[in-house]
Amino acid sequence: MKWWQIKKREADLERELRSALDLEEEEQRDRGLTPEEARHAALRAFGNPTLIREQTRAIWSWNWLESLARDMRLSLRTLRRTPAFTVIAILVMALGIGANVALFTVVRGVLLKPLPFQDPDRLVMLYESGLHENDTVAYNTVSGGMYAEWKKQNQSFSSLALARGSRVGLSGSGEQLPEKLDSAELSWDLLRTLGVQPALGRDFSQADDGPAASATVLLSWGLWKRRFGGDPAILNQKIYLDAQPYTVIGIMPAWFNFPDSSTQLWTSVYHDRPEEQMTSFSIHMLSVVGRLKPGVSAAQGAADLSLISRRIHDAHLNDPFVFRSASSRPLLDDIVGDIKKPLYVLLEATCCLLLIACLNVANLLVARAAARRKELAIRTALGGGWQRLIRERLLESLLLSAAGGALGLLLAVAALQWLTRIRQDMSRVESIHIDGVVAAYTVGIIVLCALFSGLITAFSASDKRVLSALHEASRSVSGGSARATLRKVLLAIEVGLTMVLLIGAGLLLKSYERLRSADMGCITQNVLTMHLGLPDARYPTPAQRANFFDTLLARVRGLPGVDAAGFVTVAPGQGYWGDWGFTIVEHPPLPLGSGLNANKLWADSKYFASMGIPLLRGRTFDFGKRLDAANEVVISQSFANQYFPGEDPVGKHINALLRHHIAEVVGIVGDTRSVIGEKPLPMMYFPLDAGVETVGTLVVRSSHDVEQYALPVERIVAGMDSDLPISDVLTMDQLLGKSTLDQSFNTTLLVAFATLSLVLAAVGLFGVMSYIVALRTTEIGIRIALGAQREHVMQKMLLDGMRPAVFGLVVGLAASLAAGRLMRDLLYEIKPLDPAVFAAVSATLLAVAAFACIVPAWRASRLDPMQALRAE
Amino acid sequence: MAKQAQQRVGLLQGTLDMLILRTLLYGPAHGHQIGKHIQRTTNDFLQMQHGSLYPALHRLERRGWVVSKWETAPDRNREFKYYRLTDKGRKQLVVEESQWKQMAEAVARVMWPAAEES
Repeated sequence: MKWWQIKKREADLERELRSALDLEEEEQRDRGLTPEEARHAALRAFGNPTLIREQTRAIWSWNWLESLARDMRLSLRTLRRTPAFTVIAILVMALGIGANVALFTVVRGVLLKPLPFQDPDRLVMLYESGLHENDTVAYNTVSGGMYAEWKKQNQSFSSLALARGSRVGLSGSGEQLPEKLDSAELSWDLLRTLGVQPALGRDFSQADDGPAASATVLLSWGLWKRRFGGDPAILNQKIYLDAQPYTVIGIMPAWFNFPDSSTQLWTSVYHDRPEEQMTSFSIHMLSVVGRLKPGVSAAQGAADLSLISRRIHDAHLNDPFVFRSASSRPLLDDIVGDIKKPLYVLLEATCCLLLIACLNVANLLVARAAARRKELAIRTALGGGWQRLIRERLLESLLLSAAGGALGLLLAVAALQWLTRIRQDMSRVESIHIDGVVAAYTVGIIVLCALFSGLITAFSASDKRVLSALHEASRSVSGGSARATLRKVLLAIEVGLTMVLLIGAGLLLKSYERLRSADMGCITQNVLTMHLGLPDARYPTPAQRANFFDTLLARVRGLPGVDAAGFVTVAPGQGYWGDWGFTIVEHPPLPLGSGLNANKLWADSKYFASMGIPLLRGRTFDFGKRLDAANEVVISQSFANQYFPGEDPVGKHINALLRHHIAEVVGIVGDTRSVIGEKPLPMMYFPLDAGVETVGTLVVRSSHDVEQYALPVERIVAGMDSDLPISDVLTMDQLLGKSTLDQSFNTTLLVAFATLSLVLAAVGLFGVMSYIVALRTTEIGIRIALGAQREHVMQKMLLDGMRPAVFGLVVGLAASLAAGRLMRDLLYEIKPLDPAVFAAVSATLLAVAAFACIVPAWRASRLDPMQALRAE
Repeated sequence: MAKQAQQRVGLLQGTLDMLILRTLLYGPAHGHQIGKHIQRTTNDFLQMQHGSLYPALHRLERRGWVVSKWETAPDRNREFKYYRLTDKGRKQLVVEESQWKQMAEAVARVMWPAAEES
């Protein structure tokens, strides 16, 4: 009812009573009284008008709302009376809800929010698959030739476009230094496929996207602001990328960050890539984005392309590197990559934590309800309805979880700020925001928590045996045992959940340690890496390139304090570089359509020694052989094992389809890992002195403080070519730390959650034990008075407390078996059922449980029987 | 709340409602008239107190057994709040009457068993 209706009714009642009083007065006057007397008589007959008003109003008042408000006041008052309980309960809820909401916000931002493109549901990433017959579905990058055939022949896509991540050196101009930037090469229709337009200027046109076209580039908003002062005059001006002039045709909107957030400029792929790459079926280095036609599923699209691939494959049986089929997955999955699984695991962990928090609060509430049992029994005896009592319980837990939720939301905001700051590398980190959906989720969680902990308490309190409660309260010997059982069950569940979290955390922790201590196959201490690349335009001939590296390495090695230096295409831990097909000259020809492939790297002859990669057989490159004469190759151990089983590779020849065609195997070196935590791949190293490679990593080793050489080396490079940017200056330790950031982050969070839940479980155990001891004070007193040994009492109490812990532990172990399986993909070199982790976690949990129980048990054994018996 | 609003006259609970409904069977009346009518009919045995009458009237209205309207009294140049019996109220009266009859008979059987036998 609205307030104005209430007001009207009030006036109405007033008028009605007034008229009745007037009538009464009139009647009295008719009986001959003076007006004065008549009024008094009327008032007497009428009774107390205020009381009548109030009584009548009570009929109308909106009862339940009013009593709800009253209950609310009552609950608030009860909570305020026990500040310690209230604060603990709110904090526990805040932690649980905060962690959960924060993780949900991340999951929503990264995984659930659609991509900011037009009809993002229809965008898929397409890959090649099936290098060998019956290969499982894989997500390989696509060859230019295959892409062209797909584009020409497919029926399922309204458009297919190309993107390829790359890096370019932006030349210095004026005051600004040259710098290396992440860029992407796009086909002219990629932005159209996504449904995105430049914020300023124009998109690529088909005419821009060819080998003969003049070079064009789109700038990111950030680069434009930072490097060009946000001046629109840059449009149609030329900038120099890898020493080549490019015309700036447009600026992309600030939010656009495809293929990833570090991309700062976009060029056209058919212009930038050599024509042979764009037409080959066996060089796979392109990403293909497709927009499905309406009504076509991703699977149908992939099947359509697979048919085309199969035809191409069958027509090129002499080329072993033509894939047989196509595969697809949503564009979003490709962009978020491997983060999906860990995020969901973490979200599940926070759900566990939240459940533990709820159980803990429920436990506290049950204890309180038990303490208020007499009060509740009296209220029931006086006619208090049980619905009302349940409502009170619910209201109380709603108040607690609402306060906890509000605090938790603040915690979540802080946690998200921290997270987005330290995880700038995470894909889509910029789309993590607290929005309406998150707010609704928070409210939902609050209500759920309130219902959960409130109902448990309410049903524990809605005991119908009022009389027994009143009796029991007068002198309890083993009273409230039912309630103690409920609390023990809650506790066992809590311990079980804690167990699951602890095991998860333990597994991740161990796996992370394994990962960080994994042997990279080379020295990782005091090694500095820096990336640099020679622009082809300024270094067109092999001789120029070889000379540059010779001079550079000689000068770096000449720096006082530098122990060794080398140059390699990709250093260990820098990631997977790319396979390259080859044949072994001495081996019989392979059957048609099959081929060998391995990682192809270029290195200088001292690289192996500088990185401590052991030379297992033979020698490294001959210094004297340069340029075309540099026809040697060094292979890795796993290369030798895989392709020369049971024979001596040294002296054999490898044809890697390079310019100098055939190279002789001169040595075998130890394996190194491209990606930490992954198996070493077969590698073949060709000599840098051949002058083919232009891009790579300079490694510098020193006995101590290797970072101090970064500046001198940069100065050397600048002295040789002032327009050559150096990037990714990292020590090997930093590099590996960066590549294990994901794991370290997941591990840290999960360990934090598990620790929190362990603390909560311990607090819960302590609370329940203290409660049981308090309940049994009289009994224990009698036992001690009758001569029971104090050690026995303590032992008994300990056992009593440990029982739910042990029970929970067993349940937790069983649940962990299932949870461990979920985490299998996240683990490195350990099984989900790692016995050491299980044993350690069980021991920790038992120790903590024993510790939580020992204080109340000890207190019980110290009871003074006289005082105990007098207690009630 | 509801408890406070309950009548404190010596009437059995629910009886007042029945009496009001019965009174309204004669036609619309305002509160004062109803009270006076009950009082007069019972020869002043039941002293109607406004403290129970008005809450009762409002309760009946809330339950939809009576409706009220401000109307000018035929004999006076003044408006009163007239209560009028609804169809629902009429049915309720029948129900309450039969309940009351059963109750009275039951009480009578206990109180005067001899009279019953004779």
